[in-house]
Amino acid sequence: MKRVYAREEYCVGCKLCEIHCIAAHSKYKNDLIKTFKKDTNPPVSRILVEENKPVSFALQCRHCDDAPCTKACIVGAMQKDPETGIVTNEEDRCVGCWTCILVCPYGAIQRDERGHKVASKCDLCSENGKVPACVEHCPNRALEYGEEPFYLAKGK
Amino acid sequence: MSLNYMTPAFIIERDKDRCIDCQVCVRQCANEAHKWDEEEQKVYSEDANCVNCHRCVVMCPTRALSVRRFPLEFRYNANWTPETIRAIYLQAETGGVLLTGMGNDRPYPIYWDHMLLNASQVTNPSIDPLREPMELKTYLGRKPDFLKIKNGKLLEDIPPQLELDVPIMFSAMSFGSISLNAHKSLAAAAQQVGTYWNTGEGGLHRDLVQYGDHTIVQVASGRFGINPDYLKAGAAIEIKIGQGAKPGIGGHLPGEKVGEEVSKTRMIPLGTDALSPAPHHDIYSIEDLRQLIYSLKEATEYQKPVFVKIAAVHNVAAIASGIVRAGADVVVIDGYRGGTGAAPLRTRDSVGIPIEFALAAVDTRLREEGIRNKASLVIGGSIRNSTDIVKAIALGADAVYIGTGALIALGCHLCQKCYTGKCNWGIATQDPQLYKRLNPEIGAERAANLLKAWAHEIEELLGGMGINALESLRGNRLMLRGIGLTDRELNILGIKAAGE
Amino acid sequence: MLKEGQVRIPAGCAISGIMNKKGEVFSGRDIIKSIAVMHDRSNGLGGGFAAYGIYPEFKNHYAFHLFYENKKVKQETEFVLNKLFNIELAEPIPTRDVSSIGKAPLIWRYFAKPKANQIQANETEAEYVVNFVMKINSELEGAYVFSSGKNMGTFKGVGYPEDIGDFYRLDEYKGYIWTAHGRFPTNTPGWWGGAHPFSLLDWTIVHNGEISSYDANRRYLEMYGYKCTLQTDTEAITYIFDLLLRKFGLPLDSAINIVAAPFWSKISRMNPEQQKLMKSLRAVFSSLLINGPFSIILGSTNGFMALNDRLKLRSLVAAEKGDNLYIASEESAILEICKNPDKTWAPRGGEPVIGLLDGKESLYCFDETQEEEVVRHSVAL
Ligand code: SF4
Ligand code: SF4
Repeated sequence: MKRVYAREEYCVGCKLCEIHCIAAHSKYKNDLIKTFKKDTNPPVSRILVEENKPVSFALQCRHCDDAPCTKACIVGAMQKDPETGIVTNEEDRCVGCWTCILVCPYGAIQRDERGHKVASKCDLCSENGKVPACVEHCPNRALEYGEEPFYLAKGK
Repeated sequence: MSLNYMTPAFIIERDKDRCIDCQVCVRQCANEAHKWDEEEQKVYSEDANCVNCHRCVVMCPTRALSVRRFPLEFRYNANWTPETIRAIYLQAETGGVLLTGMGNDRPYPIYWDHMLLNASQVTNPSIDPLREPMELKTYLGRKPDFLKIKNGKLLEDIPPQLELDVPIMFSAMSFGSISLNAHKSLAAAAQQVGTYWNTGEGGLHRDLVQYGDHTIVQVASGRFGINPDYLKAGAAIEIKIGQGAKPGIGGHLPGEKVGEEVSKTRMIPLGTDALSPAPHHDIYSIEDLRQLIYSLKEATEYQKPVFVKIAAVHNVAAIASGIVRAGADVVVIDGYRGGTGAAPLRTRDSVGIPIEFALAAVDTRLREEGIRNKASLVIGGSIRNSTDIVKAIALGADAVYIGTGALIALGCHLCQKCYTGKCNWGIATQDPQLYKRLNPEIGAERAANLLKAWAHEIEELLGGMGINALESLRGNRLMLRGIGLTDRELNILGIKAAGE
Repeated sequence: MLKEGQVRIPAGCAISGIMNKKGEVFSGRDIIKSIAVMHDRSNGLGGGFAAYGIYPEFKNHYAFHLFYENKKVKQETEFVLNKLFNIELAEPIPTRDVSSIGKAPLIWRYFAKPKANQIQANETEAEYVVNFVMKINSELEGAYVFSSGKNMGTFKGVGYPEDIGDFYRLDEYKGYIWTAHGRFPTNTPGWWGGAHPFSLLDWTIVHNGEISSYDANRRYLEMYGYKCTLQTDTEAITYIFDLLLRKFGLPLDSAINIVAAPFWSKISRMNPEQQKLMKSLRAVFSSLLINGPFSIILGSTNGFMALNDRLKLRSLVAAEKGDNLYIASEESAILEICKNPDKTWAPRGGEPVIGLLDGKESLYCFDETQEEEVVRHSVAL
């Protein structure tokens, strides 16, 4: 399946990925100004830039083949789509127990406590249907979206 | 403490209706012109720190930013301009030489813009480059007077030549003055387009040896990173005598920029200043140059053309003639608008002559002496677009070097602060936080695109003139007419006035 | 108004050429008829002819044809001529009155041999003659050498070519090669020296076209001592062939590969040996590529060669009948004098038509004794 791969040597730590992630998942879909100015309670970013200068890279759900979070979820909210492979959290069913956060080996799931508590995680912008917003807006190609990591793809 | 008289040069305008306080600008400005107020939870600006590099403006996701000249005015004075006054404040404060980066920015005439090109009408047809072949291939190197041919066979090989698919090369910019990622971008672009990039005086990083076939390795007065492997790694060798931005002046790479990679590549201790003497201390005269040229040829078994690069100075024609006679295969002339990583401002702005005159004078002189084909002629020093190139070739150049233009393609916004090492575009910096902003894959694409675009335009212009091979334009000064030039200037350029 | 030489005048043209490969001579009547058919390709401002084999009685003398604007410059020229040459015969070139031809300059010819003691040690006889021609043409205002070969001559002037032929009484000459030129200049220089063919030593060139590489070619030639006083393409093309074939001693096919170079795309399909040769030719002589439209006939004592630019931007037709070879801008000009050719074809761009006298291997015909040791121009470093 297609995943987002980070290239830390080109991540400039600007966090545009986070900003666009937030906008992509807000009720003002992709409208940055409205998202940040009108949405009094904007979503949390599902991508996180980890930084220890000069190194930085953006991390989000790896959509594991054998996703531990789906097994750990106590209500069956966390599901891996058998066709697309995308792991999503059905927020209506999520009870905010954070078990998934405990088991995620990458620490890619965020707590979202704006409304009723839910686990918030990258959905690869599956609703947009195209390239994930973080990848689209990364100014330096530090995020790539593809079947395999760039370092394997380039080796071919 | 005493009062600092300096006032900001620029003012940052932030459209509060658009700003979302995302802090991208804060994170991107190496000069700390944008700051985050933790208490107010707001971004704010420190105008005095802004160098107008546009990094924040381009990166701001909501286009909330703009930068303008600081509106503060002095009382009008045609003589004591704000720049002159500010320079004095600064020197009175620091007691130092004024430093700057990039090329001469003074309002001297730009002679390229005083030359117009010809096109075919009726008496001979223009050629459509989309339908007919259009050839830009150029060979740089010494040409013999004639060839010995028997029974369809060449009896003697011609001296080594560089083959250029486009008549544009990337000029010398050292690793140290610019980043490794900038070098990677240029090297890959040169390979992709079929031309050459130049290491500059800072050696060749091991990651770039793979581009050797498209590399010109430079030998300058500091002799950084030079050994037989280095000389053999490139396709040609360039001896740098001078550069247009600072003729007669050496170079100084401050120790802060000599990190591990620079130190290894230059073969100097970590953190030491890298000083290039003003002259080569083994070249005090033309006959010494000949010795260096031949030692380099000897070291590379006469397999590589040797370039000699000089700044365009008053006596450039005679010097160039001497260089050809000293055995150089390619003469490079760098005009006074040529860029630099760091130069004393006063030198940059007042030493040297326009490349257009230097080129015309050198080409004419070499022809008068019957030695024009003994060496190729390459010029640089602010080639801004494809018509500059076409005009340069019509005046007599074989090919051109681009430096500033190439860096602009990589993102340079000409803030002229190269010497600070804080290039926000990841070009003129060795700061890992900054140089990673230049992804060499993107850089290579952009630099290659620029060359391809210019090549297309050159083809278009050639076709209009009824020419389908670049060599037929070389030295073809009838294709040029001057506009707004004095008789004397026309004379030096060897062209007629428009209407003649 | 500026005359030719002070200004560059674009022109369109008609060209025609006939040769007999056995070297049998025939009168100028055919070539006049042939060029007359293409009357509309010229405009009465220039016409001329070159003829080989016309002076058998003086075949070892240089036949200099000169225009003079006045008697004074004639005297000055003859002074130089006498100093450098032994003159066998000096006479006005016979002409007849033709109503359409305006005022003619003084037209003289001299059959002469160089004075051996005047030739410099490092100079060939041909170079000696060339230097003389260059000197007269560039230094003596009002005198112009328009023909300087042996057993050949050019005849030219301002007028339609058929009238010029009549004027010079070419029907009375017999030669084995004839070429002709009708000119359509876009200006009225009204100067006889500006008409074509252009000639130097035994080379003659008739040419149709306007080359866009002119100044690149000229400035390269000037490095080798040529003075392009006329500023015409034809003059430059003549010098190019003189430089390549005579001075540099290159084979004709190499010269052709220089002036009408094969495209790089074609070179890349050649075998490595050929590629190396072509690459070297194009790299070394890149300034001699003739760019823009042209069709030319290069005549020499040994034969002629017709060539088109590499894109074939000008018309050129060739035909053969028995021992005769015909070349012209239009097929009609050939059919006019040769009703049923054995073969007619249109040569492709850059593809030469070469006609050599039987037994000759090259167009190059000077200093044959010095084949190996041609003194070539070289520049001391
Ligand atoms: S947008 Fe790209 S460069 Fe910026 S922080 Fe995210 S991954 Fe890094
Ligand atoms: S990058 Fe633009 S939107 Fe973000 S804080 Fe700076 S000015 Fe505001």
